Amino acid sequence: MSILNTIPEPSRWSRIKKSKIGYSFRSNPVAVVSMCIFVCITIMALLAPLIAPFDPYDPAQIDIMNSEYPPVWIDGADPQFLFGTDDQGRDLWSTILYGTRLSLMIGLCAVTLQAVIGISIGLISGYVGGRLDSLLMRLADIQLSFSTLMVAIIFLAVAQAMFGSELFSRYAIYFLIAVIGVSEWPQYARTVRATVLAEKKKEYVDSARVLGFGPLRIMVRHILPNSLSPIFVISTVQVANAIISEASLSFLGLGMPPSQPSLGSLISSGFDYIFSGSWWITAIPGVVLVVLVLVINLLGDWLRDVLNPKLHKG
Amino acid sequence: MSLLSVRDLTVKFAMRDGNVTALNQVSFDLARGERLGIVGESGAGKSITGFSLMNLLSSPGYIADGTIQFQGQDIVNLPDAKMRNIRGNRMAMIFQDPMVTLNPVLTIGQQMVETLKAHRRLSKAEAEQIAIMKLRQVYIPSPEERLMQYPHELSGGMRQRIVIAIVLLLDPELIIADEPTTALDVTIQADIMELLLELCQSAKVGLILITHDLGVVSQMTDRTLVMYAGRIIEAGSTREIINDPQHPYTQGLINALPQQTAPGQRLKQIPGSMPSLTAVPKGCPFEPRCAFATDVCRSTPPEIVRHAHVEVACHEVNRLHAPQQEGQSA
Repeated sequence: MSILNTIPEPSRWSRIKKSKIGYSFRSNPVAVVSMCIFVCITIMALLAPLIAPFDPYDPAQIDIMNSEYPPVWIDGADPQFLFGTDDQGRDLWSTILYGTRLSLMIGLCAVTLQAVIGISIGLISGYVGGRLDSLLMRLADIQLSFSTLMVAIIFLAVAQAMFGSELFSRYAIYFLIAVIGVSEWPQYARTVRATVLAEKKKEYVDSARVLGFGPLRIMVRHILPNSLSPIFVISTVQVANAIISEASLSFLGLGMPPSQPSLGSLISSGFDYIFSGSWWITAIPGVVLVVLVLVINLLGDWLRDVLNPKLHKG
Repeated sequence: MSLLSVRDLTVKFAMRDGNVTALNQVSFDLARGERLGIVGESGAGKSITGFSLMNLLSSPGYIADGTIQFQGQDIVNLPDAKMRNIRGNRMAMIFQDPMVTLNPVLTIGQQMVETLKAHRRLSKAEAEQIAIMKLRQVYIPSPEERLMQYPHELSGGMRQRIVIAIVLLLDPELIIADEPTTALDVTIQADIMELLLELCQSAKVGLILITHDLGVVSQMTDRTLVMYAGRIIEAGSTREIINDPQHPYTQGLINALPQQTAPGQRLKQIPGSMPSLTAVPKGCPFEPRCAFATDVCRSTPPEIVRHAHVEVACHEVNRLHAPQQEGQSA
């Protein structure tokens, strides 16, 4: 015993580094690069107010005379605008930083909402079973039979008409989170239900019941932690999806207003000028969006491989 | 007053083509601190009996008839919230395979503290103290460290000890052990059984030991029930049943033990297999495999009668008992 006690307890960080997930991560260059890019983008987006040379939300800093300067590596550029300026004379670099922040925030919040709704419904549906299960799953089927974008477009268009465009654009971010969050819950609910159906037959659930635990405690504390790995995997994919949905809606003019552009509305606002030669207003945010979604999806793929017990047996 | 009193317990399973009777009018009593063995083949209804006592039959199974009185309280019709108070708290259950009965994502400490806090008002520190004390009782070395560990870090025998410690946490009056050592290797089996026996004796806890191992039953229990096709066919003190079995099925079980056969000879197994519960014979359920069956056995199910210190359900027990012993010695 004394020998065991003299070995210092490894720190949490080194335990993570030594674990199977840590090893798989380090030995997978795609995952490492994706993670680096994702962390870079996230940090820059979070620190946007510190990094960005201009505040795109402050009308005082915008001069229409600066509009449509090209990026610095092209002739006729103004050196103070790294990626050039958009049609209103905003610094594109600053606007992209702020826009990425918005896109990420909408994506994460929408997925959190999806997860909360979907996981609760999935848990109840799988654990209780019977008629309630059928009812909830048919609701999910109905929800899935409408495409997310269609539901979102209808809802946002109605909201815009009801509240008027000024009020709408002030609360656009909440509308977007709500509509993307609500329309994708079946993804979670179905996955969670399937895992719960498998988990609730296991003996540790029986032994929890024998110990006198109530159904809520068994669901949340015993079954849910055992069903987390598929939830992690869909979460990454869903964040990417939510960012794309947000961009599409904003591109269609139903999302973030031009005064507070997300990546999608930035792409959209530049689209009018793409043939007049100002391609950078659309192209640069477009590249950022593609890279962001790509690295999230690559991370999701890696996570799915790591957490899939069928792929590393024995 | 007895601790547990089961009367005419009938459990059915609602299947697509009608009900299947899994337990047929099972009655028995258990006194405080008494140890009862339930033996029988797979599918005889042993585990169903255990789950019925916990009132934890999951659909399609249901208690169709009969009463279960636990300390004078009928628990068949008890609302679930009240039943939860009894489960784990006053009546606890140990399962067969300790590899799967502990929650893989919670540490031993979390599971023990949670169990305590579900039934008692305790702080986390108090609960941990009790947990450590109980782990000591089941001879787990350095219990403080075990609390931080996950089930997969421990061996099978260690895990079953921890399961027993969890069961003991709330000082139950009755422990139902459903084949507690089947998944463990032989040396650890003996350890675990000894531990259970010691704990039950010292705390006067009632024990229902569900097993198919007659050796274990003879060491552990005061009384034994022999089950066949959902019925009790023989009940009595363990010593009587092991030394002088009355029912042809019990005799067959004991004769089939390897110790009863000289090395190199075939084991004396009972011919045939247990009838499917969907097609139990009209008369005595053991009749198709019984060497002594008569027309009465084929037509009417036997009543339970007292015979030579035990209760036995057999028509022919009076006639058969003496010749059967001659047959054994021959």
